[in-house]
This record gives sequence, C-alpha cells and structure tokens, in this order.
Amino acid sequence: MHHFIQLVVSGLFVGSFYALVALGYSMVYGIIKLLNFAHGDIYMLGAFAGFTVLSVGAGALGGGLIALIAIMIAAMAATGTFGVILERVAYRPLRSAPRLSVLITAVGASFALEYGIAVAFGPNPQVYQIGVTGGTLNIAGARITYAQLAMMAIAVLLMIALDTLVRKTRSGRAMRAIAQDPKACLLMGVNVDRVIARTFFIGSALAGAAGVMAGAYYGKIDFLMGFVIGLKAFTAAVIGGIGNLRGAVLGAVVLGLLESFAVAYLGSEWRDVFAFGFLILFLTVRPTGLLGERVTERV
Amino acid sequence: MEPILDIKGLEVAYGKVEALRGLDLCVGEKEIVALLGNNGAGKSTTVSTISGVVRSRAGTITAFGRDITAAAPWSIVERGIVHVPEGRRIFSRLTVHENLQVGGYTVRETATVDKRIKQVYELFPRMAERRHQQGGTLSGGEQQMLAIGRAMVAGPRLIMLDEPSMGLAPLVVAQVMDAIRSINEAGTSVLLIEQNARAALKVAHRGYVIDSGRVTLTGPAGDLRTDPQVVEAYLGA
Repeated sequence: MHHFIQLVVSGLFVGSFYALVALGYSMVYGIIKLLNFAHGDIYMLGAFAGFTVLSVGAGALGGGLIALIAIMIAAMAATGTFGVILERVAYRPLRSAPRLSVLITAVGASFALEYGIAVAFGPNPQVYQIGVTGGTLNIAGARITYAQLAMMAIAVLLMIALDTLVRKTRSGRAMRAIAQDPKACLLMGVNVDRVIARTFFIGSALAGAAGVMAGAYYGKIDFLMGFVIGLKAFTAAVIGGIGNLRGAVLGAVVLGLLESFAVAYLGSEWRDVFAFGFLILFLTVRPTGLLGERVTERV
Repeated sequence: MEPILDIKGLEVAYGKVEALRGLDLCVGEKEIVALLGNNGAGKSTTVSTISGVVRSRAGTITAFGRDITAAAPWSIVERGIVHVPEGRRIFSRLTVHENLQVGGYTVRETATVDKRIKQVYELFPRMAERRHQQGGTLSGGEQQMLAIGRAMVAGPRLIMLDEPSMGLAPLVVAQVMDAIRSINEAGTSVLLIEQNARAALKVAHRGYVIDSGRVTLTGPAGDLRTDPQVVEAYLGA
C-alpha cells in the first residue's frame, strides 16, 4: 500500500511538469495549428537558463525555496522571450505556407536549439546545483520532499492562472477566437500577430518553468533532454485532446501515473514503450482525446 | 458634404486575375449604400480591401479624411470601420456573450463594451436569451444577428455587411433588413453588399451596380429599383 501511494505521488509530480510542457504544445497547436517540435527544446533551454543563473548567482541565491523560485522566474522570462523570437523569425513568415513547411521548420528549430546548446555548454550533462532533497513529508507512508511539494504547488498555480487567463480575460478570449477563425478576428480588430506572440511567450515560459523543475528533480541536464519530453508532451496533449488546455493537464497526469506504475511493475525500460503505445492507441481509437469533444455546428 | 468613405480608382488583383479595375465609390455620413452585382463582380473584394485583409494594387481609400489604403486591419476597426464577413463567421465555440465581447476587442473601457452589448441585446432580444449558448448552436438568422451585433460592439461609424441575407428565409431577411435600418437610424453608415437586390434597394438610400470590377451604374435607390437594366439583370421581371 505504501508503495502504491508512493507511485501515485511520483506519478503526479512527473505529470505536473509534463503538464506544463503539454500546455504550451497544446496552446500553440490550438492557435496556429502548428505542432511545434521545438517546444521540448524550449523546456531544455529553460533548464539551461536556470543552470546559468545558478552558476552565476549561486552564492547570492543560497539553496532554498526562494532561490528555486527566483531561478524559475528567470528561466521563464528567458524561454518566453525566446519563444516570441522563434515565432517571429521562423514561423510567422511561413504562416500562409503549407503546413508541412512550417512543421519542417519546427524540426529544424529543434535541432538548431539542441546543437546550439551543445556548442555553448558542451555535450556532457551538467549537474544541477539545486535539488529536491531536504525535508520530507510523509503522506500515508509515501515520502515527498518539501521542495517537490513546492514545485508541484507552483505548477498547479501556473495552470490555474493560465486557465483563468484563457477563459476570463480579453486576451484569452482573443486566443480562443483566433484558434477558431483568425480571419474573422482580424475583422474584429484583433491584432492577431500580437496575440500569437503572446501565446508563444506564455507557452514557452511554462516550458521553461518545467525545465527548471526537471533539472532540480533529476539533478542532471543535457542538450537532448527536451527531445523525449517534447514527444511526451505531445502524447499528453493528444490523450487529453489537442488544443484543449484542461485536456492537456489531464493527459499529462494520466501519462505521469501510467509511467510511474509501468516503471515500478515492469521496469524502467518499459516507461517509453507505455507512453508511446498509449499515443498510438489514442490516435487510432480516440483521436479527439479524452476531452476533445466537438460541438455540433449548424451551418 | 464630405463623404466618410471615399474610394478612387481601386485596383485589386489575385495573381493574374483582376478583381477590381478602377473602382470608384463613396459613402456619406448616415447613409445606407447598396453594392450590387453578380457573383465574381468584385463586391466582396471591395469590402475586404477596405477592411485591409486584401491589398490593393492601385488607387486610394480615404476614410474620415485619412488615407487608409495600406492600414492594418485592426487599425481600420479602431478608426470606426467594421466589416461583417460573408458567411457570418461567428466564433462557434464561444458563447454568444463572448462573441460580442470579442467584437469589442479594440475598445479599452470594459464599461463601454458592456454598455454596447446591452444595446445589442435590446436590438436583438433573442441574443440576450441565448447569451450563454455556444455560437455554433444558433440558427442561420440568429448567427447573422450575432455577427451584426458583434460588429456593433466595436462602435463603428461605418458598418460593412457582406451578403447578410445569404441562405436566410424571406421572413428572416426582412428582420435583418429592419435591424440594418435601426442601426442606421441610430447614426451608423452602412455599406450593404447584396445579391438580393430587391431587399437591399428597399432599405438603401443609394446604390452602385458593379460588374467585372467596375461601377456600371449608380444612383438613388429609388431610381435603381425602376432602372430597366437593373430590373432585367437583378430584380427579375
């Protein structure tokens, strides 16, 4: 029983940073129908941005929770800005081009980022100076560190903030409207370019936060760490219903739990088999995902 | 009196296909102007060029005394010209109320947006009843009213309607035309694009007939209604 709860806890933890990455994936897909294959690398960039801040300011920041939050904010600002630049330079000029061209550009951006970081930081893994060790909390026999708990709380807060933004604000309504009909939005006076840039900022910033979380959790980062996570986030988004933000969170949690149990009962080599097996299962059986119900539209 | 919208020598081409070849048109303050013509005559191209989503090759568009020929679509809405597109293009997965809120995107003050949404609900009580329903669940006529209402929340001085009667039953067409008349009486100029010439000329003050991207006939709506050419080509016998 203890074991079971421990698996749930670690599944939820991994699920929470999958969710942060999946949200950006889903947002970008929702608004410009682009599978941004560079999104996982933006998460990697977030981990490295955090790493840089850590190495430069390690003394000044100390090692506590405050330091972790400061690093997260710095990483989010860096990746958010990078996302905006990426959209401006690589994707906007191709907005009216065939989808495949943009997709290939995204793959190119992914490689450029990966090997750009490899050149800048070297190909070897870097050790994260801040971790999730320290005090632990016992929940019905399962152990979770306070740092982990804090990161999960931050992830949940970010998700709630995003959900509120998208559902309640002028900017969020514009995002949803563009997702449905960008041309009609132009006629309503929506500065579509600006809203898309904002979407990239938010999505990339969330991925950056997840990158720092991953660095602190696994203790090591490398320039290829975003590759698999990008695919996992895509899987989570598909499980939940791509373009549906609550679905992305749900999909990520499902995926995190699934992996946690698969690893425990079958061995860690089964983790990705399960994750991507699930992707294929959903794509064939329920391509609209768990929450991707379409409304009936009258014409 | 100075027209609020003045188009001179407008030329638009899609690749090698010339859609407009030197079109001249103007709309005055508080006027309803009908733009008539067959499929492919250039009606939709004209409004899309005014609203900035299609670029012209030559000619000028002046609105409220300023040149807007090369202005961005959102800045044209900010200047008070809103285009209700053909096929309504409401946001089907947003609620009626949210659709109207998006219409007020360029308006900074929330209070103004709320006030105008209230006015839309007064004009179209059906929208108020359905405010929490998704746009896609509305009937064709209701969607058209929503599209017009959404444009009105931007507070336009000129509203351009592209085929508002398309696909609607005669009774609903009459309702839409009534709404256009009340919007105009409240002070907004209207540029009305229609294939349904009969309905359009009933509500309009003036009209233009265009063919192959040029104006072939223009005059007061009453004259056009009885013009033999118009009767034969657009009104039937």
